[in-house]
Amino acid sequence: MTTLLEPFAYAFFQKGLVVAGFSGALLGLIGVFIVLRGMSYIGHGLSHSIFGGFAAMQLFAAKFYALGAGLWGIASALAITAVTKRSKVGADAAIGVITIASFALGVALFSKFGTSGPSFENALFGSILGITNGQIVGLIVVSVVTSLFVFLRYRALLFSSFDPDVANVSGVNVGRIEAALMVVLSLAILATLTVIGVTLVAAMLVIPAVIARMLTNSFSRMLLYSTVIGLFCGIAGMYASYFADVPSGTMIVLVGASLFIIVLSLTGTAGLRRSAGLDSHAEVGSIAKVR
Amino acid sequence: MTGTGVGPELIRLDGVSAGYDHHLVLKDVSFHIHEDQFTGIVGPSGAGKTTLLRLLLQTLKPTVGTVWKSPDLRIAYVPQLETVNWNFPITVFECVLMSRKSSGFGPKPTVAEKESVDQVLERLGIADLGKRHIRELSGGQQQRMFLARALLRQPQLLLLDEPTSGVDISTRHDIMHLLADLHEDGVAIVLTTHDLNGIATHLPHLVCVNGGIVGEGTPSEVMTSALLERTYGAKMDVLEHLGVRLVVDQGPGNAEGQRLK
Repeated sequence: MTTLLEPFAYAFFQKGLVVAGFSGALLGLIGVFIVLRGMSYIGHGLSHSIFGGFAAMQLFAAKFYALGAGLWGIASALAITAVTKRSKVGADAAIGVITIASFALGVALFSKFGTSGPSFENALFGSILGITNGQIVGLIVVSVVTSLFVFLRYRALLFSSFDPDVANVSGVNVGRIEAALMVVLSLAILATLTVIGVTLVAAMLVIPAVIARMLTNSFSRMLLYSTVIGLFCGIAGMYASYFADVPSGTMIVLVGASLFIIVLSLTGTAGLRRSAGLDSHAEVGSIAKVR
Repeated sequence: MTGTGVGPELIRLDGVSAGYDHHLVLKDVSFHIHEDQFTGIVGPSGAGKTTLLRLLLQTLKPTVGTVWKSPDLRIAYVPQLETVNWNFPITVFECVLMSRKSSGFGPKPTVAEKESVDQVLERLGIADLGKRHIRELSGGQQQRMFLARALLRQPQLLLLDEPTSGVDISTRHDIMHLLADLHEDGVAIVLTTHDLNGIATHLPHLVCVNGGIVGEGTPSEVMTSALLERTYGAKMDVLEHLGVRLVVDQGPGNAEGQRLK
């Protein structure tokens, strides 16, 4: 018992637990929209893109790395939206070019000049060491802003996720909602990056939402379940990472993946059917497959 | 039934051309929708029916010409069932409610919102299906659900893309009676259809489309062999039964009056 309570004696672990819980819940909440809109790849891309900004700011103004990386991420998200809308290039291709090039730039800068902040490995896979009070406050602020955005614009978000064309006709400014969602997503990735890591953030955007989808057919319940599942993965993963002595992000993702397998085995084909169409847009003729 | 369009104008297209990726689908279309209109848009696949609807909805901008819309016009749209993401996690109640601008906070509807959704579900005969997932409905019930979502907006103009596609004859009759009732209540209706005998011939006003407007008028004006051949590019006979025009596709095997063997 003493061994199980041992990590709570350390201030860094207490901070890490708070940050991991908030990170999991935040990514679980925003992940519902990312998964249902078929935007999982953009979550993956943005986290890599932000890494580029993160590395660049280490060189020029390390104190403001969060601001610089955030702006870099938002600029990448808006650039992807603009390139996709104004050219024949698909969203996946635009993400592949813009965000991975940004990531490559980050790796090059880290390799050439090193860093005065978090190590290369910590940035990639997450770490609970050296979490500052400022980072905790930032994460809480982003969580509150995201929750307010989801609750205040709940119906517009739902309508534009389910049926963007009809939503547009029905008075929802779909373009503005999508841009706001991109900004919130960038902030959420930025705020959770230090604990979960660049390469693993995308998994936490997807796993809680997919598990939640397997458990319910209701949108409002999916939001709730995904947030709670993300919270659980964050806390359980952080706790496990202490004993396993591995980066926090890896254990948080592994807990999520284990939960996915458990829920999949419990819900069987019903769960699989519910999650089958996730992350793909409606296609003409898809009705024949599901009705 | 009236519906050929004599009331005040709601939408007007003047000399409009439109398409996708520099490929024009519709050329030089001039088209008016009036307050009392009940119109069917017919034409072969790829003729531009949905493109015309998208111009009316203003989700597609014309490359040439102008689209005028009456200020503060309330438009509702019922999509083709084939284009809906049936795997989206949403119940019938949530789906209908989404078209009403939120007056609350979060997912929980206000008492007034719940009452208005219950009323419209009741009117469409699906009041007991509110808690079901949208995939768990029959084709007719799914169509009613989207009609309920549209009606919650109390539209002046209702646009429907293939509203009877994939439903049985009985459901088709129900949907058409429902649309007729809505039209009687003062809602202008424009729908696209492939079904010449089941739907188009019963409507007061038809528009034939094939890259542009080939012809428009009442079924007796439009449903002629010559105009239908120009629209569909195939020979068709037009018969009259109990005052209703019926189209018979001559087909490749009976072009000279012989049945397919």
